[in-house]
Amino acid sequence: MQIDWFPLWLSLRVAFMSTAVALAGGLWIAHLLANRDFRGKEILDAAVTLPLVLPPTVLGYYLLVLLGRASPIGRMWEEVFGSPLVFTWKAAVIAALLHSLPLLVKSARAALESVDRSYERAARNLGASEWRLFWRVTLPLARRSILAAAALAFARSLGDFGVTLMVAGNIPGRTQTLAVAIYDAVEAGNGALARTLVLVVSAVALLILTLANRLAPR
Amino acid sequence: MIAARLRKTFPARSDSSAFSLEVEFEATAGVTVLFGPSGSGKTLTLDLIAGFVRPDEGRILLEDQILFDAAAGVHVAPRARNCGYVFQNYALFPHMTLRQNLEFAAERRPRLERHRRVNEMIEKFRLAEAAGRRPHELSGGQKQRCSIARALIGAPKLLLLDEPAQGLDAPLRAEFYEVLRQVRAEFKTPVLLVTHDLDECFDLGDDMLVMREGRVVQSGAPRKILDQPSSVEVARLLGVFNLLPGEVRALDPGRNTSRVRVGEFDLEGPYFPGKLLGDRVTVCVRPEQLTAAARNGRPSANQIPAVLERAVEKPQWMHLEFAGGAAGNIAVDLPRPEYERLRDSKEWVVEFPRTSMRVL
Repeated sequence: MQIDWFPLWLSLRVAFMSTAVALAGGLWIAHLLANRDFRGKEILDAAVTLPLVLPPTVLGYYLLVLLGRASPIGRMWEEVFGSPLVFTWKAAVIAALLHSLPLLVKSARAALESVDRSYERAARNLGASEWRLFWRVTLPLARRSILAAAALAFARSLGDFGVTLMVAGNIPGRTQTLAVAIYDAVEAGNGALARTLVLVVSAVALLILTLANRLAPR
Repeated sequence: MIAARLRKTFPARSDSSAFSLEVEFEATAGVTVLFGPSGSGKTLTLDLIAGFVRPDEGRILLEDQILFDAAAGVHVAPRARNCGYVFQNYALFPHMTLRQNLEFAAERRPRLERHRRVNEMIEKFRLAEAAGRRPHELSGGQKQRCSIARALIGAPKLLLLDEPAQGLDAPLRAEFYEVLRQVRAEFKTPVLLVTHDLDECFDLGDDMLVMREGRVVQSGAPRKILDQPSSVEVARLLGVFNLLPGEVRALDPGRNTSRVRVGEFDLEGPYFPGKLLGDRVTVCVRPEQLTAAARNGRPSANQIPAVLERAVEKPQWMHLEFAGGAAGNIAVDLPRPEYERLRDSKEWVVEFPRTSMRVL
């Protein structure tokens, strides 16, 4: 049986990109939630968590409205890059991000909050700016938990189906991720392919979760 | 020099009752000890000065810099205050080696000077062999010296120490006192030291603030406070006094004498200025100021018959606890040989030397 491995590579690439973006943005949001007091903090916290509970169709619908070719963002993207955003692998990254970001923000916030306050006081007392405090003290001390959170976010990105299908579609060789390919194989009655891909995705996820557990501080 | 007037109130919460701190003090070069039971606001006072907690009201002046002034809205950020802080748990960064901990603290110094300064501190605080190790690989004494070195490396104008010797065994404690004496001699930085250990006050303190429930109840040289606590409250906090209820029966300023009735007996003492005949007072004497003797017929002047209830062996003396009838319980510290001589006595008297009599 000839197996097309493209969906696996695409999924890994999408997951990697979405984790990278989630890490950059999520750390910042987590830092705000953990260390700052501001109005609307509760709302930001809830908004970030929202994708975890909303149905994929709702999320997909929002993204289509927000990023579709008729929307301002979609039109701007097309102006700048010359091609639409939706129904490309980049849209799949955004779809995956909806799931990786909340996971990352939640765990990173807990990780940052678990750093003993006396270290932060000590750093400030020794003349460190907030910036230096974050990069040299808080982040290194929370490093393991945050890497574990990133691994978890990566695994979750790998598994998105509904939102990806709605905003990136199911274009074989272009936007067909692993989860979508499995659905496709089952629909087409290709049991052998479905079984293989199911085993592959399970194995990869298991591997990553084991890694996450090892990273997490005991 | 530091001068502080601080007020901070915490409303009652589900897990804690309301607390309010209101203190005012000045401290110059040397060690000023903040002494008091836990919950008296000692650590909070340090945190307010370091800027970790913002006072509701007041003013903090460190040398010629205003660190905080409620009226003028000045609140200098902790990182700009230049107060070295030695935390109770030392708070050495666990992911850095000892040397890196010092380098982190030296970063506000000019680049060229940093390296020299770090080496200087490592040498001065005998940390050379441990410089490459992380905090969890250091001994208690090394951690302690490292945290003091780290606090001093930026040449702070004030050093704050939060119970740094708590939980240390006797040799480490002695070593710490030695280090701190060296710091006092060499760095000329005023030091505020928080403790609830009276020995520490005497070992290290040039000055002392006795705190209770967020207030300073007495301040002065430790020796002076011990000789003349300003109130029964302070005497209780110091925890080393016999406090016996009494009544002034005679006062004679001319002959500098007085008589106080304690239980069923009269004790003679020096004249107590400010007291009146019939005043209810508390006789306040330390156990080592008293002596005990075998009872021989009628007790003579300044003696109270007492029953020995317990004898506790201390390293250098015997701590004897007596029941003095209506006078209450009396503790006496007796030199060992003295006790050996008297130990078989059936009946005892406790003697109050005339010159050691104090009333509050």
